[in-house]
Amino acid sequence: MATLAEPREATSDEAFREEVRAFLADHFPPELKGKGNALASVEGPTKEGPAEKAWREAMGSRGWGTPTWPKEYGGGGLSKAQTRILQEEMAKAGAWNPIGGMGVMMFGPTLLEYGSEEQKHEHIPPICRGEIRWCQGYSEPNAGSDLANLQTFAEDKGDHYVVNGQKTWTSGGQWADKCFAIVRTDRSDKHHGISFMLIDMDAPGVEVRPIQMISGMSPFCETFFTDVKVPKKNLVGQEGQGWTIGKRLLQHERTNISGGGAAARMMGANLSDLAKKYLELGDDGRIADAVMRDRIADFEIRWQAFLLTAKRAVEESKAAGGVSEISSVLKKLGTKLTQERSELTIEIMGLQGLGWEGDGFSESELGGVRAWLFGKATTIYGGSTEIQNNIIAKRVLGMLDHQ
Amino acid sequence: MAILNEEQEMLRDMAREWATNESPVAAFRKVRNEKPAEGYSTDAFATMAQMGWTGIVIPEEFGGSDFGWMSAGLVVEELGKTLTASPLVATTLAASVIVLGGSDEQKSMWLPKLASGEVVGTLAIDEGPRHGGKVTATVSSGKLTGTKAFVHEAHGATLFVVAAADGLYLVEKGEGVTMSDRKLTDQRSHAEVTFDGAAAERLADGGDDLLDKVLDRARILTSAEMLGMANQVFDVTLDYLKQRVQFNQVLASFQALQHRMADLFADLAMMRSAVESGLEALDGGYGIPRAACVAKAEANRALHAMSREGIQLHGGIGMTDEYDVGFYLKRARVLEASWGSSTYLKDRFANLAGY
Ligand SMILES: Cc1cc2nc3c(=O)[nH]c(=O)nc-3n(C[C@H](O)[C@H](O)[C@H](O)COP(=O)(O)OP(=O)(O)OC[C@H]3O[C@@H](n4cnc5c(N)ncnc54)[C@H](O)[C@@H]3O)c2cc1C
Repeated sequence: MATLAEPREATSDEAFREEVRAFLADHFPPELKGKGNALASVEGPTKEGPAEKAWREAMGSRGWGTPTWPKEYGGGGLSKAQTRILQEEMAKAGAWNPIGGMGVMMFGPTLLEYGSEEQKHEHIPPICRGEIRWCQGYSEPNAGSDLANLQTFAEDKGDHYVVNGQKTWTSGGQWADKCFAIVRTDRSDKHHGISFMLIDMDAPGVEVRPIQMISGMSPFCETFFTDVKVPKKNLVGQEGQGWTIGKRLLQHERTNISGGGAAARMMGANLSDLAKKYLELGDDGRIADAVMRDRIADFEIRWQAFLLTAKRAVEESKAAGGVSEISSVLKKLGTKLTQERSELTIEIMGLQGLGWEGDGFSESELGGVRAWLFGKATTIYGGSTEIQNNIIAKRVLGMLDHQ
Repeated sequence: MAILNEEQEMLRDMAREWATNESPVAAFRKVRNEKPAEGYSTDAFATMAQMGWTGIVIPEEFGGSDFGWMSAGLVVEELGKTLTASPLVATTLAASVIVLGGSDEQKSMWLPKLASGEVVGTLAIDEGPRHGGKVTATVSSGKLTGTKAFVHEAHGATLFVVAAADGLYLVEKGEGVTMSDRKLTDQRSHAEVTFDGAAAERLADGGDDLLDKVLDRARILTSAEMLGMANQVFDVTLDYLKQRVQFNQVLASFQALQHRMADLFADLAMMRSAVESGLEALDGGYGIPRAACVAKAEANRALHAMSREGIQLHGGIGMTDEYDVGFYLKRARVLEASWGSSTYLKDRFANLAGY
């Protein structure tokens, strides 16, 4: 039987711990303690003050925002143990990772696996420094769950492609510098006719139109491509390999979304603290409403089980050499729980938890409402829960279609 | 579906036709965008009053039609389908308190004006964000002092039915009454209303349980609105699944989604029975407290699921402001929390049943 105790870290790691502490003392601006990661947030453009900028540059120049990525492309080159130390020390200092966004969460890991040397050297370092924002050009009006039905076409013109078509629901498209897109290069083969390419958002012929969401913000866009020139060097992998590469990227996306992503970050305080603030307490300091107390505990237990599952899955998939279909299980579970949590928050707060704007609500109350509404998207994007269920049933469990 | 008499069928058809043609969701969207001071279109409400909808639970001798609660529920359900912004529910409830607990003088003073729509009334009962807390407002020498939280339709109301520690009072908008907006996700009228020595007249004739009686009516009529909303989300979603093609087939052909819709359909059936039996109880005058718990608890449960699934089953388009389904989610949670959350209602149900 395996022992539960973790082996002690080697002494060299203690030296690393000292190095991290010194770095944080020198570079982490105390006024940023506990503040969120603006760059990675999905809703709203980056609003970076001087302190945030300095912090991003400090972390970026060390590659510690992408701690496990190879050093030669600007990553931290840290071991798993060192990464854990870095995270522990950052948490102790109230520091957060200023490097994020789709480049870190999905595109970087995919390019590291499938990109050419030249592409990695060009695109990975700016991601590690948090300088370039990427958006995802996958969905189209008639290609949502059936993503492979995409029709945006890239015509081969020798040394470049000419791209025409429409993408939709492009998160952050209006603020992005570049787009990783899957497009059609062959109309005769649904899956093998797809290629993965990188498109500059400021190239002539790219137009974005923001769409307003139920949460009131406009964090996503329709994106139109009209005769957009894309140099051949921006093709990732081979022509026709886009579906394979694109799906791998989705596995990274799903693993990230499962943690609740943007919605979880916006949720703020933990449930029991919230409950103690908004609900009546008994003389013993416990929540007087036994039903709510039960429901909060019920949630917290399942959330613990989910976090443990996520941790185990990450360890197992690392051992097996990367992300896998278990990402579908994590995505399905994590998003459902995050949504449940938002709903529970509203129940705890009553009508005070449903404020839209104006007087009478704190900033965190209003933020919670927007997060609740935005969070409804997490079971839709990155492949809906229904699609994850199909993947689990068919690819993991080998269940055949009923037809 | 309850068995309706001819009068009720005509009323429902009229409400359905008016809501569909004159007050579709686009009308609510307009109110949301243009933000009239009352929180609704006063023209639309005037038309509703002309059609007699404000007098449905008011006796004929005071200018109403006395058609009863089932009739009121039918109209409210139709208006719920299109999210019509109006104080009809609020003013109907205010009128019902006067019918139940007003003196002859109070009745002749207020009911004709409420029936004609000249006066808009509303309930000012809860003092916190969760229904069912303590009532601390007090009255001395005819002056009421206290603060009421999240009063529905406060902006258009000129008559408040206010709960104080020793009973219910009528307070007119005016001196000693101030309000501060509380903008909720449903974008309807809600405000915190403060009464600072406002002139108040006691509703003395309703018995000790007048407040409970009023709240039961609020629960039942609100659940009629929720029924309309749930029905509409279901219909719109079903239509969408029958049209949207992915994987070369309509979404409606996927068994996983067929079963989801079948579950929701069954939920809707239970919700309808519960709501209609609440309305019938009010008209029959029996078993009202329990029927109110059943109606609102079922409405909470079914609409909660329906409003969530409505978005999920639409996919990305359901998340857009341009599409209507999100409005139902945002109104749903406000109504779920009003006049009793599910937890509150289950507790009350068990108390009433003596366990
Ligand atoms: C906030 C937000 C941000 C997004 N950001 C991006 C982005 O940055 N880039 C990008 O490319 N896309 C993005 N998307 C798009 C997202 O990936 C799609 O919305 C998603 O893939 C679903 O597609 P659809 O909207 O067309 O829904 P549909 O595919 O039409 O699905 C509608 C419903 O049917 C269900 N369904 C579909 N097929 C099946 C089936 N076979 N079996 C059972 N049920 C099924 C779905 O689960 C869903 O419930 C975003 C979406 C949202 C809401």
